[in-house]
Formats: sequence, C-alpha cells, structure tokens
Amino acid sequence: MRVKLDSKKLCSEFVKKIEEISGQDLMSCYQCGKCSAGCPMVFAMDILPNQIIRLVQLGLDEEIGKSKTIWLCASCITCGARCPRGVDLSKVMEALRQLTLRKNEDTVELSKMAQETIKELPQIALVSGFRKFTG
Amino acid sequence: MDLYYYPGCTLKTKSKNFEDSAIAALAALGVNLIELPRWNCCGAAFSLSDDDLIHQVAPVRTLIRAQEQGAAKLLTLCAFCYNTLKRANMIITHDADKKDTLNRFMDEEPDYSGGVEPVHLLEVLRDDVGWETLAEKVSKPLSGLKVAPYYGCTLVRPSDIALDDVEQPSVLHKLIEALGATAVGFPFETECCGSFQTVSTPEFVNECAWNILSSAAGRGAEVLAVSCPLCEYNLAVKQKELTVQYTGFKQLPVIYFTQLLALALGVDTEGCRFDLGYMNNQAFLESKGLIA
Repeated sequence: MRVKLDSKKLCSEFVKKIEEISGQDLMSCYQCGKCSAGCPMVFAMDILPNQIIRLVQLGLDEEIGKSKTIWLCASCITCGARCPRGVDLSKVMEALRQLTLRKNEDTVELSKMAQETIKELPQIALVSGFRKFTG
Repeated sequence: MDLYYYPGCTLKTKSKNFEDSAIAALAALGVNLIELPRWNCCGAAFSLSDDDLIHQVAPVRTLIRAQEQGAAKLLTLCAFCYNTLKRANMIITHDADKKDTLNRFMDEEPDYSGGVEPVHLLEVLRDDVGWETLAEKVSKPLSGLKVAPYYGCTLVRPSDIALDDVEQPSVLHKLIEALGATAVGFPFETECCGSFQTVSTPEFVNECAWNILSSAAGRGAEVLAVSCPLCEYNLAVKQKELTVQYTGFKQLPVIYFTQLLALALGVDTEGCRFDLGYMNNQAFLESKGLIA
C-alpha cells in the first residue's frame, strides 16, 4: 500500500482522539504482528490488525475508513492478551468504531434483519451486537 | 451454602437449559442459589471506551443490588455477564475518579466501593466445593464420554479478570475429569467463536465455528462443553450450514458444562433440561448409555 505521510496528520486531532477514547499509548506498538497472528477474524480482514494501529500512529484516518477491518473485530481481546508492549488493540478498534458511531452512523439496522433471525438470536448477541454497531 | 445469583437476560429466555441445570446441580451439592432481587441487564458487552462511563451504570447498579443484600460474592453463569460485572467492578476498585463520578451520577443509590466480588460458577466449584469433594458426590460417572472443554473469550480475557490461566486454562478440564469423563484438550479451546459478529457478518462466524468444532472432533472429542449462551448459539446453530459448506464436516453435540455436572450428580433427565437447546443432545446421550 502506498500512503503519503504528512507531519500535520501525525499530530492530528484524530490521533489524539483515538488515544483519549482507547486510553492506549499508540506509540508503544513496535509492529511485531502478534495481534494479527492470533486474531480469529483476520481471514476476513482487508487490512491486518497490526496495520490498523500503524495507520493510526501515522494519522491516516481515511485509509482506515476505506477498510472493513474495524467492523470485523469481535472484541475477543486475544490481541490485547498477547501484546508484548501491553497495548490493548481491541480498545483502539473500539475507539475507531466510536468515531463513526458517535456521528449516529449505524452499521447494523434492526429493520433489515430477518424476523426469524431476531427471534432465534440469544439476547446477549443482540444487545452486544447493537452496542458495537449502532450509536 | 447460600449464594446470591445473577442470571442475566439470556438465561431467563434462550438458555433456560443453562440456568435450570445449574440450579439443580448446585442443589445436589448443597448450594442454595438466591436470585438477586431487582437485577437488570449488565449490558452484555463491556464498553472498551475509556470515556464511556454511562455503560458502566447498568452493571454497577446490579452490584449495588447485591451490596444491599449484604452479599460478599455474586454468582454468575453466563460468561458475558461474568466478564462485564467483573470488569465494571475493577473500574470501581481501581479508578477512584470514575468510582466517584459513577456514585455521584447514581445519587438515588447508596454509594458503592467495589465490595461485591462477581464470581463464576467454575470458580465456586474449584475454590469452594473442590474437585475431590465434587468427585465424591458424583453418583453417575460420565465414564467413557470424551468431552472437549471450550472456554471461549470472556472467562479468560482480559488477563486482569481471567478466572484461570489466560492461554492454558484448566478449570473445565478438571471439572470434566471430576465428573468421570475424559477431557479432550484441543488447540482452539480459547479461540473466539465469532461472538456478536453473528449479528452483522454471520457468514464469517461459520469459519470460526468450523475451526473450533473440527479441531475438537479431530482430537477425538464426542461433545463440546461450553459456558456461554452466545458460544452455544454460534457453535450449535451453525452446524447445519457447516455440513453443506465443508466436505466431511460431522456434527458435534454442544452442551452446557452445567448439564454434564447435573447429570453426573444424579439429577434426572428433565432436571438437566436436555429437552432444550439447539441440538438433539438427548439422543446423543442415550446413544452413549448415559440416559435412558
């Protein structure tokens, strides 16, 4: 992937906001890739989890916006449990989702789900799903 | 022994088999569960945003209900509830500013300082009952049954609320062995089943379910023991599709650990609630000669 770096983006509001919402020190990550190696949803992701944190470090919010990766994270915290630098990437993923959800841009709509599916799903699936995918 | 108990939403609806079998099994062990009065939904998924205290109100309010009863511990069965209540309590005990904000926000409630410890049934069985005592109370050993212990995510991650070793937990293995069955370890014991992705991208959850189920079956397991209603759903309901999607996939019964516990403690078939659930576990257990 070819990206253009910009000193303004490196210290942008976006980077500060993600650090604030996630409570994580983004610069701790040294790109070992252990998060991507253990991620159970990585097979479906277009950008790897370790690449997401690199893009955040560099302030490249538009690149992240084009990717589906943050919406495929299941918050299983395997990445956070294994990170040698103590970064909980699941919190960074959540912060990135929040930037969209806090603008009331939902990624799941109840009205578009089949009635049968809604009836069949356990309550914790619906409650947690709507917590993660709606604002 | 009396224990205050928080059921959560799913155990009262889709997972009555989990709740009923646990209550029956604990009664057989002399543990009386008292359902917490006026409990509310914990919110299911713990909020991972540092600035999002509003989503801690629900779990903390439930802990306040337990405090009102004078409970030192609050028992959970659902792995999601365990995780959410335990992490909310960690905020109260480890972050004075957030504790203060939450207490001031809930000014209609008594103050809460984290005095109630959320515990999971597996911890009670290990730490309070003990494997030796449990084994002595088994009246119907599950001899010959090969059970894969499946932990999933929320009992063991993150590490500060894990009820066992994060990477190599053993509590379910030990329970299975205490019941007279054989624990069949496999590499995907703590791998995520896809969780709430089943709401938005169910097609990807199929791959997660296949990885877990085929790994357990490949090690010789005949049944998978779970502790979470969402794991049960993802791993059981998806199996019909997996049979079509993956050549050679064989269905693997998925059962709550509490149902195996109840069965081994002599609870009758009705009490174990094998009539409920997404798979025909009754027929499977009959074929193994464990129920008539």
